[in-house]
Amino acid sequence: MSDTDAGLHLNDASDHAPGDELATGHEIAEGLLGYVVGLFLAALITAVAFFISGTSLVWGPSIPLALVVLAIAQMGVHLVFFIHITTGPDNTNNVLALAFGVLIVFLILVGSLWIMYNLNQNMTLMQMPTG
Amino acid sequence: MSIAARTTAVGLGGEGAAGAPSVPHELSELEQKRIIVGYGFWIFLLSDIVMFSAFFATYTVLVNETAGGPSGRELFHLHIVALETAFLLLSSFACGVASIGARAHRDAMYYGAMAVTALFGAGFLFLEIREFVGMIAIGAGPQRSAFLSAFFTLVGCHGLHVTLGLMWLLTMMAQVFAKGYRPDILRRVLCFALFWHTLDIIWVAIFTVVYLMGVAV
Repeated sequence: MSDTDAGLHLNDASDHAPGDELATGHEIAEGLLGYVVGLFLAALITAVAFFISGTSLVWGPSIPLALVVLAIAQMGVHLVFFIHITTGPDNTNNVLALAFGVLIVFLILVGSLWIMYNLNQNMTLMQMPTG
Repeated sequence: MSIAARTTAVGLGGEGAAGAPSVPHELSELEQKRIIVGYGFWIFLLSDIVMFSAFFATYTVLVNETAGGPSGRELFHLHIVALETAFLLLSSFACGVASIGARAHRDAMYYGAMAVTALFGAGFLFLEIREFVGMIAIGAGPQRSAFLSAFFTLVGCHGLHVTLGLMWLLTMMAQVFAKGYRPDILRRVLCFALFWHTLDIIWVAIFTVVYLMGVAV
């Protein structure tokens, strides 16, 4: 407890900024442990993703879906262990903002792919007689 | 965490704390400010992620439009990408250690971890620039096809973020050195750490969608 004057006792706070962690005194070790666990999980998921992309052990058409699932899992690991987004009540606002961001990202990605896929199909049909 | 037991969620980054008598602990002004700054920067980062999602949508729509030019399968070298991924992940980890060091006012931990963060970040950037230069040298520059335009826009935009992040990183080392662990400086360190971790999250999407899917699928 060396920074009593700085007003940074998050153990006493009832709300958290994203990225906040408890890092006074013996809690440094605890904070480090969180990052080590995050690093280990992220490295593990990354290794599996790189392995799956090049293997013939897995049914081919399932590979893209597996990669997407692994990527989402790894993003979750980063959010929890590195950015410290949790489901706790002190994190409600951060999670709500994240949920809104994820909604917009989902709309942009899925909306674009859906529309462009249909447009491509229509284009192919129209080009057939001329080409 | 003992905080979880206190169910009083303060509205919108802590601004409602003063008016709510049920809050067990009145937040100090500095604590409130840290939460609001962190929350505001989190909103910015989410908007940055939304911007990247538009680039991702563009890329996935255009990925097959190679105009007779090279495709990702011929251009990407996964061992380089694996190395880039490792560099950025270790950099993100070191950045986390640095933010603990900053909050605990430990000089060796803060400066040491920030230096490691910078080195891995610079290593990542070196590999990426080498990849870009190599691609342009064999005629696979952004003008070659819609696929390559989208590729350079998406991956280059991330690289630009890493470049700016590196400058910010060095600025934060200098600011802590010159001004010490002042609350306002620590708020900037918090924002920088959030920025750096977010870049790693975006890289996860890039190596999955661009590189792994580009080669495997």
